[in-house]
Amino acid sequence: MRILRRVALYAGLTIAALTFIYPFLWMASATFKPALEIGSLSLIPQNPTLDNYRTMWARAPFGRALVNSVFVASTITLAVLVLGSMTAYAMARLRFRGGPILNAVTMAILLVPGQLTLIPLYTLIVQLGWIDTYTALIVPYLFNATAILMLRQFFLQIPQSLIDSARMDGMSEPRILFTIFWPLSKPVLSIVAIFTFMGSWNEVLWPLLVVREEHLMTLPQLLTVFALGGGAGSVGVSLASAMVLVIPVVVAYVFLQRNFIESMAGAGIKG
Amino acid sequence: MRAEQRSGWLLSAPYSAFLIAFAIYPIVFAIVLVFLHWDLVTAPTFAGIDNVRLLAVDARFWRAVLNTFIFLGIHVPLQIATALALALALNRQLAGRGFWRAAFFLPVVISGAVVAILWSNLYATDVGLINRLLMRIGLAPVPWLTDPRTAMPAIAVMVTWKNVGFYVIIYLAGLQYIPRSCQEAIELEGASSWQRFRYLTLPSLLPQTILVVTLSTINGFQLFIEPYVMTGGGPLRRTYSVVLYLYNNAFSYQKMGYAATIGVALALIIGLVVFAQRRVIGRAEAL
Repeated sequence: MRILRRVALYAGLTIAALTFIYPFLWMASATFKPALEIGSLSLIPQNPTLDNYRTMWARAPFGRALVNSVFVASTITLAVLVLGSMTAYAMARLRFRGGPILNAVTMAILLVPGQLTLIPLYTLIVQLGWIDTYTALIVPYLFNATAILMLRQFFLQIPQSLIDSARMDGMSEPRILFTIFWPLSKPVLSIVAIFTFMGSWNEVLWPLLVVREEHLMTLPQLLTVFALGGGAGSVGVSLASAMVLVIPVVVAYVFLQRNFIESMAGAGIKG
Repeated sequence: MRAEQRSGWLLSAPYSAFLIAFAIYPIVFAIVLVFLHWDLVTAPTFAGIDNVRLLAVDARFWRAVLNTFIFLGIHVPLQIATALALALALNRQLAGRGFWRAAFFLPVVISGAVVAILWSNLYATDVGLINRLLMRIGLAPVPWLTDPRTAMPAIAVMVTWKNVGFYVIIYLAGLQYIPRSCQEAIELEGASSWQRFRYLTLPSLLPQTILVVTLSTINGFQLFIEPYVMTGGGPLRRTYSVVLYLYNNAFSYQKMGYAATIGVALALIIGLVVFAQRRVIGRAEAL
């Protein structure tokens, strides 16, 4: 009875896991199949081909989109870490007039659904003349309320004595932040880095609004436009273009799954 | 003290400027836009309450709201059931728990655009993986995304599949907080495993369930890329979402005032629905 139950449990888990993994495996294998074979359930292509990748690469600037995505997501992540830490440090450890208000406003901002500000933000970008620029993709994401509150929470737990003795040594506040607080804050910094990078990497609605020039598109946008506009022409080609977006994420996920889960679950709950 | 004051201001100045320009100003301007007609080319004109009046009787908008409720009616219960079942399975003595957890979480890290493109192919009527499987066991293929009756449920199932790993983590965290002593006590009382689930596990997980309901509801109201990629809002507008309608008003019809009005209305609806859900769940708890 006990053994039967164990077997049933593992069988159930295996089926569940396959439900989540198999579609991605099928997608990966479909990109190596010629058009006639796409419908087959088999994971191993009978006549493997790289044509889907060649076509995809030739028809739309996916290399450029990859560079754009890496550039935009890295810049935003770096900004959220550096600027967010400065803000969080001031909010957590410095007594100044306006500090508590800043904290309250930050928490209130989290309650406002993004759809409310989407159009006013878009009209602002248009008026600033930022349509079809990296600025439009980056600047609205330079700060992140969830990240600031997480960093603030962590910074509150660092002992005051460290700050006091550093000040005695004549250290400036930014130096205390970056040379004393940062090394102690690696766990929370990595959590913030992962969810910020992933959020930017996967974002598609905002780029669809502010970028029309193909060479400035990030990967998810170009992929969507390519698949919808009929540029792909076939299932294999459109899935091959999706692989450009998926492969870096899956590789990183395989090595850092624990951090990914902690980061993306944590951000979702707080945010 | 004066130095601390100055450092505080200096360090938080960039954020304060950002908040004013990219958070507070857009919120205020959203309200202003409700009373404007503006195509972004010519100067905006005052619209009075035209936008609000139009929205109140706009069948397309209310169809999108209704679609969202249909989506939520399927998605939220299904999300709770699947996440709870997987979390309970993972909470046992298990070999390779990390692997199972990582497998369930995989779709969460993949871009919604990719998932939508992938599932368009899985759902395809003639060559889709799902219909091939159905045909193999002798069933007729289903036109998942082209039949008005099945399109929204199909999208709801897909979104549940994409997000379940995230909610599994929430439930797993909740399960750790059920004290061992309670579990032992209820076992000593001779409770069956169903009774244990019904009278101990489920009530203990109420805070997590509230969180799952709230987050999956908010997430449901943000539905955009799935209908945008998979159905364009069809068939017969049955998968048209509010955000898709907002996007089209801004981007395709250049109606900024009206699009902003949709955004404000959507924010109010989200607030009301989440508030109502909490009241209902809170009352259920008291029973």
